Amino acid sequence: MNAKLTGYRRKELAWLYLFVAPPVLGFLLFGLAPIVFSIYISFQKWDMLTEPQWVGLGNYNDILNDGKVFISMYNTVYLMIGIPIGMLLSLLLAILMNRKFKGISFMRTIYYLPVISPIIAISLLWQWILNQDYGLLNNYLWDVFGIQGPNWLGDPNWVKPSLILIGLWGGLGANMVLYLAGLQSVSSTYYEAAEIDGAGAWHKFSKITVPLLSPIHFFILVMGVIGAFQTFSQIYVLATDGGPEYSGATIVFYIFQHAFKYFNMGYASAAAWLLGVMIFIITLLQFKLSKRWVYQD
Amino acid sequence: MKREKIADLWSFLILLAGAVFMIAPFIWTVSTSLKNQRMIFDMPPKWIPDPISLDNYRDVWGQSPLLNGFANSLIIVAVVLTVGMLVSAMSAYAFGKFEFPFKGVLFMGLLGTMMIPYSVVMIPQYIGFSTLNWVDTLLPLIVPGLFGNIVVIFFIRQYLQGALPNDLIEAAKIDGCGFFRIFWSIALPTMKPALAAQAALGFMGIWNDFLGPLIYLHTPEKQTIQVLIASMQALYIGQSNYPMIMAAAVIAMVPVIVVFFFCQRYFIESMAISGIKG
Repeated sequence: MNAKLTGYRRKELAWLYLFVAPPVLGFLLFGLAPIVFSIYISFQKWDMLTEPQWVGLGNYNDILNDGKVFISMYNTVYLMIGIPIGMLLSLLLAILMNRKFKGISFMRTIYYLPVISPIIAISLLWQWILNQDYGLLNNYLWDVFGIQGPNWLGDPNWVKPSLILIGLWGGLGANMVLYLAGLQSVSSTYYEAAEIDGAGAWHKFSKITVPLLSPIHFFILVMGVIGAFQTFSQIYVLATDGGPEYSGATIVFYIFQHAFKYFNMGYASAAAWLLGVMIFIITLLQFKLSKRWVYQD
Repeated sequence: MKREKIADLWSFLILLAGAVFMIAPFIWTVSTSLKNQRMIFDMPPKWIPDPISLDNYRDVWGQSPLLNGFANSLIIVAVVLTVGMLVSAMSAYAFGKFEFPFKGVLFMGLLGTMMIPYSVVMIPQYIGFSTLNWVDTLLPLIVPGLFGNIVVIFFIRQYLQGALPNDLIEAAKIDGCGFFRIFWSIALPTMKPALAAQAALGFMGIWNDFLGPLIYLHTPEKQTIQVLIASMQALYIGQSNYPMIMAAAVIAMVPVIVVFFFCQRYFIESMAISGIKG
């Protein structure tokens, strides 16, 4: 009996390893191996045509001496201003939507539409809306408020605010759905208890709703920061060659240009590594800090 | 009760105003795409074009191999989703329902991949695929997807924990059902809603992907729809031919929006669930 069981178990184990093998193999082939390889090429000068040349820390040294790295880093971090603004707006939207009335699911669909739309199409349509002379936005700013709108995507001071605006419009729906799900899981007993204690609407919001949703704030924040570090497609469309005075270039755009425009593979890998390490440290830091403010039940 | 009604009304009005801002750019895009180029300089802006013309769509379609673009995007989506989802479902079943040596280490390792940004692996991957002579083919965009996706695995594993009782697996075992048959005829049908949700998200992600296709695909006939549309902008922006660019944008959006309307429930539910569990 015992021998038969182990026979069955052995067969089962074979199946189990077979079932988990593909993702593990995929991780080794497309995750781990490239990472290790990328450290190696980051110490080389290589254009993929001639033989690679060992330069030691030369690439890292060059990166730290290239002002454009710091500009693109600054731009990338600047764009993160949109994260807290987006969180606040989508939380407010979710609270408004957390009611039962007709047309609510249609409304939810409309807010969600930009989330599913291809970022390339979204970038193109905003490029037209933000056109300085004939764009919809400047037209209405002039007609309704008498304000001469800026050259949104052409003025180095306005490129980043424009990108934030587009990001907010595109991301509100996604965060709203997350908050809505969170709100629906908050037990009404908290609010009932608070009402008995005489709490007003503001107190209920700031002392119950906001803290109880902290796991969702945390999720949006972590994913938002990781996502913002990887901003690329909209920059490629909206800020050709990095935009005026490189004001729209993000760090991934910088890496992309060095790798696939100048074919400076070693240099680009070194920059990618710095980015990877930075994302890792910041994410780790966020998890550590989260113990202080994220409510766990 | 009356106060509730007034609050409802206010919420509705604020949401409605917001919804106008959300939808207006789309309507403006469609409207511009139906105009001829001279009309776009009209002031104040005209929302309903007069006359309405489909010429831009015809021209855009003739200008660029968009049909190939659709076909290429569709091939990637179809192959990656069918094989990738099945593979993910299999490992989610193994990770979620069984114990085996090294399970924890393997799973944590896979979760770690979620932390690796694409920009870090894209260069070595490109070098690897170019030594295989896979550049300018769809293979670099398909093959990595065939090994399953950790986000999908994680999601389905969570789902199975609640949806598939261990007793059911045990009972099937006692009845002499083999490992693969239990998976195929009991576990897989149970996962259907979770799989559908992830497939909807996967479709959106692959269809809208830009950086990968941009790196690998160079010949227009081999490019995906997103890359073709993006290159169209370079073609027309010099002449400020916005109606053509907007027509291209609409063409790129329509398939996802259609899929979204049919599978809306799955999209929104899976977004919400993966958020909370994550």
